[in-house]
Amino acid sequence: MQSQERKIQAPQPNPETGAFWKAAEEGKLTIGKCLACGATHYYPRAICPFCFSDRTELQQASGNGTIYTYSVMRRAPIPYAIAYVTLSEGPTMMTNIVDCDLDNIRIGQPVRLVFKPSDGGPPLPMFTPV
Amino acid sequence: MSIKNQAYIVGVYEHPTRKADDKSIAQLHAESAKGALADAGLSKSDVDGYFCAGDAPGLGPLSMADYMGLKLRHMDSTDTGGSSYLVHVGHAAEAIAAGKCNIALITLAGRPRSEGQATGTAARTAQNTPDAPFENPYGPATANMYAMCAMRHMYQYRTTSEQLAWIKVAASHHAQHNPHAMLRDVVTVEDVVNSPMIADPLHRLDCCVISDGGGAIIVAKPEVAKSLKRPKVKIIGAGESPKHQMGGQVDLTYSGAVWSGPPAFAEAGVKPADIKYASIYDSFTITVLMQIEDLGFCEKGQGGRFVSDGNLISGTGKLPFNTDGGGLCNNHPANRGGLTKVVEAVRQLRGEAHPAVQVKNCDLALAHGTGGSLGTRHAAATVIMERE
Repeated sequence: MQSQERKIQAPQPNPETGAFWKAAEEGKLTIGKCLACGATHYYPRAICPFCFSDRTELQQASGNGTIYTYSVMRRAPIPYAIAYVTLSEGPTMMTNIVDCDLDNIRIGQPVRLVFKPSDGGPPLPMFTPV
Repeated sequence: MSIKNQAYIVGVYEHPTRKADDKSIAQLHAESAKGALADAGLSKSDVDGYFCAGDAPGLGPLSMADYMGLKLRHMDSTDTGGSSYLVHVGHAAEAIAAGKCNIALITLAGRPRSEGQATGTAARTAQNTPDAPFENPYGPATANMYAMCAMRHMYQYRTTSEQLAWIKVAASHHAQHNPHAMLRDVVTVEDVVNSPMIADPLHRLDCCVISDGGGAIIVAKPEVAKSLKRPKVKIIGAGESPKHQMGGQVDLTYSGAVWSGPPAFAEAGVKPADIKYASIYDSFTITVLMQIEDLGFCEKGQGGRFVSDGNLISGTGKLPFNTDGGGLCNNHPANRGGLTKVVEAVRQLRGEAHPAVQVKNCDLALAHGTGGSLGTRHAAATVIMERE
């Protein structure tokens, strides 16, 4: 079954996440990077979830990753694939797998970043098989 | 300080309704409380501690203490979703051990069925959590979050749909004896794997029912338990722990039971092999399988083999589970299955389960739950109980 475009609920940016969504509007996926312990994290936070330092910044991700797991929601008006993708930088993020045959998605598959418009908000980072 | 031997479960009640068009949520809470008090042989004025979670209307204990006319000196509205009531049993035992109350009432009620909720498939919309903008647009519902756990488990441990189906088959064998159960027909592995796919790899019969209803539990100090005429069910161990995405170090192959189970077993001084009956939260078949592994009933990754061939069926299997039919067949009031897990464990320990599913010499039981979502963030809670 070929994936179809569906209406994507708009994310609601807040004072902490504004820069992430601004980067998304420029076609960039960013992840949290801690300047104190060096670890990267997702979703990005002002306070590092590992060492609790407030010296964090956004780092642009390469957009390359692999599918950690996924599920095709068959009982939706337009079926869609939700997934966790492990980025080459390390963190794993929730996303959708798009622009592909939903029946051919596999764990371990390499994927690359694409942005899809949301319904009245910033675009969303999603992934498509390489 | 340990809670071991400090408190007893003296009353339980499972509301018989599965569709409550004509009742309010507060009313279902109060009817459940009334049922548990009657079961214990206590009255409302005896209650001095009250516990409820997010299913209670308004400001939980405030709204419900007002509605029921309770006079309290201790209250706790810890909300961890469906596992809340297992957390409450542990907290009630702690409060009693610390002298903060003598008789604690725990209630649950809800009417998702009457309200027409698409519990499993409706995408999440709550906007007030820090994760919401990074998750909600992708369509996380309930079914597809648990499905992603099942998909990974199958990939990593070669678990099969047929093995998961055995969990539903076992639940249906038990539910046939429960006149209140929503689904009383015995099903086969083929029935489960041939039912419509909801979210790959979970089929309709891998999912729990959507039901209205409620329940209540009374926890009391030893002196009170000794004065009552009911069989004595003692709380001997409890554990609780959240599990989340760990800053992006996502691992969906295990649940918080790996952290809630060991302290509960250590406090109780027993091992998984000693447990005669287990109530295991069954929002989906995969939930049961992962919790059984994580609690140590079998090796990690061997859950599929362990649950197969009727091993969870009372009378034939090594680990009789959810003998009321569980969430998979009987009841999932308010979309929260933790309270009914305690209720059936108490029935088993009292020898009051249906004769067809009653475990012989059932003197040690475990109840365990997962609240929230196994695929994102959840809270595991374990309670171990002993018949005295």
